[in-house]
Amino acid sequence: MKIVQFTAALILFAQLVVAQPGEKYKAAMQKNLESIGAAFSNPATLLALANNFERIADAEKTEWLPYYYAAFCQVNYGFMEQDKSKTDMLANKATELIDKADVLNPNNSEISCIKSMIASCHMMVDPMQRFMEYGQESSKQLEVARQQDPANPRPELLIAQSLKYTPEQFGGGCSTAKPKVETALKKFELFKPASPMHPTWGKEMAEGILNECK
Amino acid sequence: MFEINLEAMKSLFFLCLLSATQLSFAQVIIRGTLTDTKNKPLAGGSITLKDSYDGATTDSLGKFSFSTTEKGAFVLEASLSGYSSFTKNVQLEGKEITLNISIKELITELNAVVITAGSFEASDKKKGTVLTALDIVTTASAEGDITGALKTLPGTQQVGETGGLFVRGGTASESNIYIDGNLVSNFFYSSLPGIASRGRFNPFLFKGTIFSAGGYSALYGQALSSALILESNDLPEKTQANLSLSIIGLGGGIQKLAKNKKASWGTTYNFTHLGPAFAIIKQKQDYYQNPVFHEGDANFRIKTKKGGMLKYYGYWSTGKVAFRTNDIDSTKLKNAFSLDNLNTYQNINLRENIGSGWKLSAGLSFGSNKDDTQNELQDANKQKQVIVSPIGYAFKNFSLLSQSYNAQARFVLEKKLKGLNTLRFGSDYFYTKEKARFTLFDGSKYNTTLEDNLYAAFAETDFYISKDIAAKIGGRLEHSQLVDEWNIAPRFSLAYKLKNQGQLSFAYGIFYQKPESQYQPAVTGANYAQATHYILQYQRMASMRTFRTELFYKKYDHLFKTGTGPTNRQVAINNNGSGYAKGIELFWRDKKSLKNVDYWVSYSLLDTERDYLNFPSPMTPSFAAKHTASLVVKKFSLPLKTGFNASYTFATGRPWYQLKYDQAEDKYKVADGGRTISYNNLGFSVNYLPNLGKQNKRAFIVWVLSVSNVLGQKQVFNYSYGTVTDNKQPIGPTSKRFAFIACFMSFGVDRTEDAINNNL
Repeated sequence: MKIVQFTAALILFAQLVVAQPGEKYKAAMQKNLESIGAAFSNPATLLALANNFERIADAEKTEWLPYYYAAFCQVNYGFMEQDKSKTDMLANKATELIDKADVLNPNNSEISCIKSMIASCHMMVDPMQRFMEYGQESSKQLEVARQQDPANPRPELLIAQSLKYTPEQFGGGCSTAKPKVETALKKFELFKPASPMHPTWGKEMAEGILNECK
Repeated sequence: MFEINLEAMKSLFFLCLLSATQLSFAQVIIRGTLTDTKNKPLAGGSITLKDSYDGATTDSLGKFSFSTTEKGAFVLEASLSGYSSFTKNVQLEGKEITLNISIKELITELNAVVITAGSFEASDKKKGTVLTALDIVTTASAEGDITGALKTLPGTQQVGETGGLFVRGGTASESNIYIDGNLVSNFFYSSLPGIASRGRFNPFLFKGTIFSAGGYSALYGQALSSALILESNDLPEKTQANLSLSIIGLGGGIQKLAKNKKASWGTTYNFTHLGPAFAIIKQKQDYYQNPVFHEGDANFRIKTKKGGMLKYYGYWSTGKVAFRTNDIDSTKLKNAFSLDNLNTYQNINLRENIGSGWKLSAGLSFGSNKDDTQNELQDANKQKQVIVSPIGYAFKNFSLLSQSYNAQARFVLEKKLKGLNTLRFGSDYFYTKEKARFTLFDGSKYNTTLEDNLYAAFAETDFYISKDIAAKIGGRLEHSQLVDEWNIAPRFSLAYKLKNQGQLSFAYGIFYQKPESQYQPAVTGANYAQATHYILQYQRMASMRTFRTELFYKKYDHLFKTGTGPTNRQVAINNNGSGYAKGIELFWRDKKSLKNVDYWVSYSLLDTERDYLNFPSPMTPSFAAKHTASLVVKKFSLPLKTGFNASYTFATGRPWYQLKYDQAEDKYKVADGGRTISYNNLGFSVNYLPNLGKQNKRAFIVWVLSVSNVLGQKQVFNYSYGTVTDNKQPIGPTSKRFAFIACFMSFGVDRTEDAINNNL
């Protein structure tokens, strides 16, 4: 009899758990976060993930992370877009999303990183002409990100990445990128995300850059 | 012990089981398609059950499908960037829902057609522009002059004997130049006989340039040919000091940005002395006063609370020059010409959002110019000669003091309507006063004063029928006190976006202009001259390449005819002149085909004749060449940190005439004439940026070397004739070639910035 009682209680509890918003949120986030890595090989999936995160964010209303990931997926989708005439529109959508994250969690280093990526995305449309405006905006945001959280490895990684693709004559190239990427990797070793849902991405990217700059 | 209510336990268990099965059975599938209004499937659209996590993203066929466990009333939303959003109330009660959603593409600045007929725009931010601000500065033949760069675009003439923009068969006075909406009456330095004067304003003052070779907006008027619309910079990015050193002078300035980054002020001073340059580069004229200029400017810019901007720009300049040239009518005599100039220009402008989608821009400007000109006929010993027989020689001794004052008040109200549709209207008031005192060789003085109040009202609407079709419809009403007549000028342009990034544009407009002050006061009341423009354009901009071609026809009516007034001066006598200009222009810019090389080619064919001023019949004016072509090449070498710029301009010969007054017929006749040799000019410039890419640089340095007419090709712009004899003399450049070398330094990065901030 006790077993029956226990089973009933378990089912009741399970129902309660499913109904609890916190757990439902965590489960949905977890499911989408797991799909991000593979999505980089398929832009359409990346956009679908951006939409999924936006839905979660809109439904939750107070969580900044789903907006953050929505913007992250959206801006990466923007980088992958081959038709440059669409890039600005996609980047504008990413700005819309990250601004919502910014309102919920102001002065966040991770959010500044996304803002920098968005500026770079705008710049990619016509680097020669847009460097003055968006190139400066992109590095400004990384500098802000670094100040907001000196322990965050991602601003360092993004600086290294941008240096790697800057011509040597402009002070870029592997020689200047390498020390930055090494610093980034050191910070990755020490970096502890505030929760399993918080951003952890970038270590493989940093290792990739280091590999190419050997 | 506790009692077990087995029955209750059973029912509870059953209940649990039931709700669990209910959960799995309550899933509702929502599927459908997302298309645009033309039934084209839309991929990447987000379908959302609002306030739930459930939804889907449409696939490449516009299809979506998802299941949800939610129950009850929900709002289903479909959204996609660049499209209108769709919402529908749905009732989730176990039945599958199928929805075929159609959403409309929005007209946004990113996808809408831009009206481009007649105009070239240089801007760094707007889309659809052909040039950037930097292009103007790095065009080899421009020599740092805004209008110099515009002369490599189709529609402009290579006139080397006077300053100004000669556009599509129009004279320089038929082109108006505006800074932030306000007319600049003395944009160019005062003209010197046979020498092209440059623009006064530094190209780095402006962030945007619109050069309209015709069919321009109803916001501007009183120019038969073209409008050059310059937009001044907003707040500087940082506090900065500048120094420049060149073969022709030195200058310095500062731009100070307030700590809150909401306001800035700045001032610059430039001293120009052409003595050293003229010592090296031999001039045709014998200068006894080398050109010397003192110029200063000041500005402030304040961001308003509502996101508007208040801008002030003030300019002040004095200049002196004097030279001797051989007198055309004799072998021994010389003309000693001198000019003292004082010029000022002030412009204050407010742009403000006044709520409910309305924007106000208002401006006030004031300009003054004073030219003190003297001419003396001298012998070999530099002694003044007054030869009364024939009397024509004596007339070469004169002095002219001319002073002008121009003021303008202007406002424009703009309202954004649905989508990109915009309504604009406003009013202009121009005040001009020109005073001249002409002193003859015998000391007799002639004074003229000319004053005018011109009122204008204008309205214009940008109307988007779809994102592919846009029209700009406007009109301008003007009244000049001097002419004492009203005029109404309709303006219309249309743009249609084709497939493959191509677009077709058309522009039509009527343009009026009052008689130029140099032909005033008219003998009888002179009416406005009139030009009607028809422009058809095809443009294709795709991946770093631009092609455009324009076909235009321009009809002139009521051009001024002149007759001889007092002091031998030509004055307007009637409006019986007329003319036409037609042609085709081509422009091709390519930043892609050659690695790190950016080039453009432009070609203009111009067929024009006009009967105006003292022309005896319709003739091609001497400023109009039939064929003009330019090639501009720019290459930046990163390893060398150097930009190499070259330009080649070719124009076929221009007609020249000797017009002589025939007493018997009381009219001018063509006594002699011909066609000049064709014009060739190879310009070359190098920009070297030694600190490029250096970290922790204190100063940013740019070295500039530019050479005009590198090949030393012979250039003849026109011929002048004696006033006493029939002697003829070619008008060419003042030196075979000119070289300019300069160093520009700006400080304001890293520690320098702090040092400057602390000292201010």
